[in-house]
Amino acid sequence: MPIIKNGAVIYDEWLYIDGDTTLPVDGPVIVSLPLWRRKADQLSARSAPLGLFLESDEQAVNVAVDAVVDLSAFELIALNFPTFRDGRPYSTARLLRERYGFSGELRAVGDVARDQFLFMHRCGFDAFQVKNGTGLEAWLRAVSEITIWYQPTGDAGGTLSMLRNNLQAAE
Amino acid sequence: MYRYDEFDHAFVHQRVAQFRDQVARRMSGELSEEEFKPLRLMNGLYLQLHAYMLRVAIPYGVLSARQLRCLADISRRYDKGYGHITTRQNIQFNWIKLSDMPDLLEILAGVEMHAIQTSGNCIRNTTADHFAGAAADEIEDPRVWCEIIRQWSTLHPEFSFLPRKFKIAVSGATEDRAALRVHDIGLQLRRNEAGETGFEVMVGGGQGRSPMIAKTIRKYLPKAELLSYLESILRIYNQQGRRDNMYKARIKILVHELGAENLAKLVETEWQQIREGAIDLPETEVARIEHYFEPPPFTVSTDAGLDAARHGDSEFNTWLERNVSAHKQPGYAIATISLKPAGKPPGDISAEQMEVVADLAECYSFDELRATHQQNLVLPHVRKSDLFEVWETLKAHGLANANHGLISDIIACPGMDFCSLATARSLPVAKEISMRFADIAYQQDIGDLRLNISGCINACGHHHVGHIGILGLDKRGEESYQITLGGRSDKNAAIGEVIGPAFSADKIVDAVETVMRTYLDQRLSGEAFIDAYTRMGREPFKERLYANN
Amino acid sequence: MKFEIISANRLSDGRVVYLTRDGDWSESIIDAHSVHSTEERGAVLAQAERSADDGIIVSPYLVSMVDDGGTLAPLRFRERIRLFGPGTHRSATKNLSSQTGR
Repeated sequence: MPIIKNGAVIYDEWLYIDGDTTLPVDGPVIVSLPLWRRKADQLSARSAPLGLFLESDEQAVNVAVDAVVDLSAFELIALNFPTFRDGRPYSTARLLRERYGFSGELRAVGDVARDQFLFMHRCGFDAFQVKNGTGLEAWLRAVSEITIWYQPTGDAGGTLSMLRNNLQAAE
Repeated sequence: MYRYDEFDHAFVHQRVAQFRDQVARRMSGELSEEEFKPLRLMNGLYLQLHAYMLRVAIPYGVLSARQLRCLADISRRYDKGYGHITTRQNIQFNWIKLSDMPDLLEILAGVEMHAIQTSGNCIRNTTADHFAGAAADEIEDPRVWCEIIRQWSTLHPEFSFLPRKFKIAVSGATEDRAALRVHDIGLQLRRNEAGETGFEVMVGGGQGRSPMIAKTIRKYLPKAELLSYLESILRIYNQQGRRDNMYKARIKILVHELGAENLAKLVETEWQQIREGAIDLPETEVARIEHYFEPPPFTVSTDAGLDAARHGDSEFNTWLERNVSAHKQPGYAIATISLKPAGKPPGDISAEQMEVVADLAECYSFDELRATHQQNLVLPHVRKSDLFEVWETLKAHGLANANHGLISDIIACPGMDFCSLATARSLPVAKEISMRFADIAYQQDIGDLRLNISGCINACGHHHVGHIGILGLDKRGEESYQITLGGRSDKNAAIGEVIGPAFSADKIVDAVETVMRTYLDQRLSGEAFIDAYTRMGREPFKERLYANN
Repeated sequence: MKFEIISANRLSDGRVVYLTRDGDWSESIIDAHSVHSTEERGAVLAQAERSADDGIIVSPYLVSMVDDGGTLAPLRFRERIRLFGPGTHRSATKNLSSQTGR
């Protein structure tokens, strides 16, 4: 499935592993949180890249604190949007980035459409597994539709109060 | 009032362009209705029984003359020449075309208005005391914080897909005119022992299917930390609010299920992590916004007393007594413009009337007016010596009904005449009640009385907090009206009690009259309806209403 | 005599429209295609859904109608309000056979 990342379309080689599949010896795999909890040792023993898949009701604090997951073990965390109306992954994404310092790829999967790109991008997602037909061009347009923001998130984007401060300072 | 700077302008224009593109993609079929619906809701556009209904935001109820004239113009060009003031201080137009929306939003943007987030599962219009900045009992003007909340909550990327809608109200006065206790978050400005002002934070109020009164989760919050605290509440709600059942998805259910104390702890824990971060505004930014809410250049500072405003005209004096409220500045008064003429839908205002009111605001109220959640308009800063002239103009245009806070000052949702969610009509009941009680002397004898009508269980008419509440239901295809009594939305907020079986459409107004008769027969001298009800309880009313059963 | 018609809102302006015999959508209920059987119902609803997919209308649904020999009216009061407009009296039926719609 095509992924939009860093302004380009990529086809990645990440493999989703569920509980029943035999773990491949090599190659990047994405595992669910329950699977990670069961097979953490086996998974960390591999030298290939590791990814984590979170359902919308699996929250950042469950992951980073309760499950005592060392986020640096993961190169990728995929957050699932079961429907675009489920807004929980936006909070999870921000916390993973801003509170728990996750610096790997944060990927939006599931019901991911162009009209949510901006919000997702601002919350720290940097990769998007998009629904059928949504092309790169649409993504590039979508993320530049609004360039001014009232509230800060972890992204480097300037908020209005910062812009106003800068303007005042410059005067 | 707040004025957009270049950034605010740029933002709202970008938003218009974004929606223009979304509409085009819908019309071309690129977006399905399912995908488009939340996008149009986030721009205030509902599909109702007859057409699209647009809800334009009037942030915390504050409007300039220029903006009101633009709304008049829009009503003529894009609608049927009138608008409707809502129970959340917004204005609605009932006959909008989707194809006109992008241009319409462009016109609104030109006068610093928008319809952003007036619907959808996001943070809605933050409402305020409609007498803010003017009321004699005001501790501090809450509008600065309303504007700060408005900006923070606009297109908030983390909170645009909440479990359900989210409503915040703010008050800075001793009396609660903003119905704080039936909001998802109610913020009350208070002084602490050191004399500083901060917020009492109340969470989990609401009406609808499961009406509840908000609980205080923090007695005092320093103002400067408001946004980080709100962000914490919203984050907890976004993560833990129920998403399995839309009728149990408001924060009030979370408060109910967790308990207020537990929620307070969760919020506090989250808040400790983010306070003193980037979210709270720098002092310079707060000061910049505060500047817009400085008092207008009052020209009178001695109080000749309201009596001096009295006139030989007894009709004017009646209006003076009822519709004029005390102002903090000597020599000034607050005038309520009634949009409740007998026999007409409550809260409706024609384009012509809008223009008259705009002129009055410009001449007599420093260019400012207010929309109230009781579906009236307010001129907040009128010189007492000008009141008679103002009243004469209002009278000439059917806007001088002296019924503020009386039984015919009805609050009603549009009901089944317009709304696709409704189970019964509300407007014919409102009309009949307003006509049955049209005699102003009779109304004055009854005294203060809040009557609210909702056309379905979603309670947009706020019937739960009416002294008399009427809920329209569908009983096997017939309209059926249930009466609740004893509700109130002030600082002693209470949910009204159901009195008994519902009444048919042809019996409901008689039933209301029976309630009035019961009160008038048994009240103590000078006792208001709501106090009499508190004292008497439900039984005497129930007895009289169902006497023949 | 009871039968059904299909009602929807037109996408572009939100106005109430009815599915006609030709598969078009008309603001006049006189033009509405009447459905008399369960089999027909399925086919007609499918046709309406296709219009929805094509972006002509939104939310099509069946409206039960009653024909009193000259006076046509929707069975449900809500549908009568949708047909005749706000302020419609409960007992309003009007002689639809000569009605040209709103």
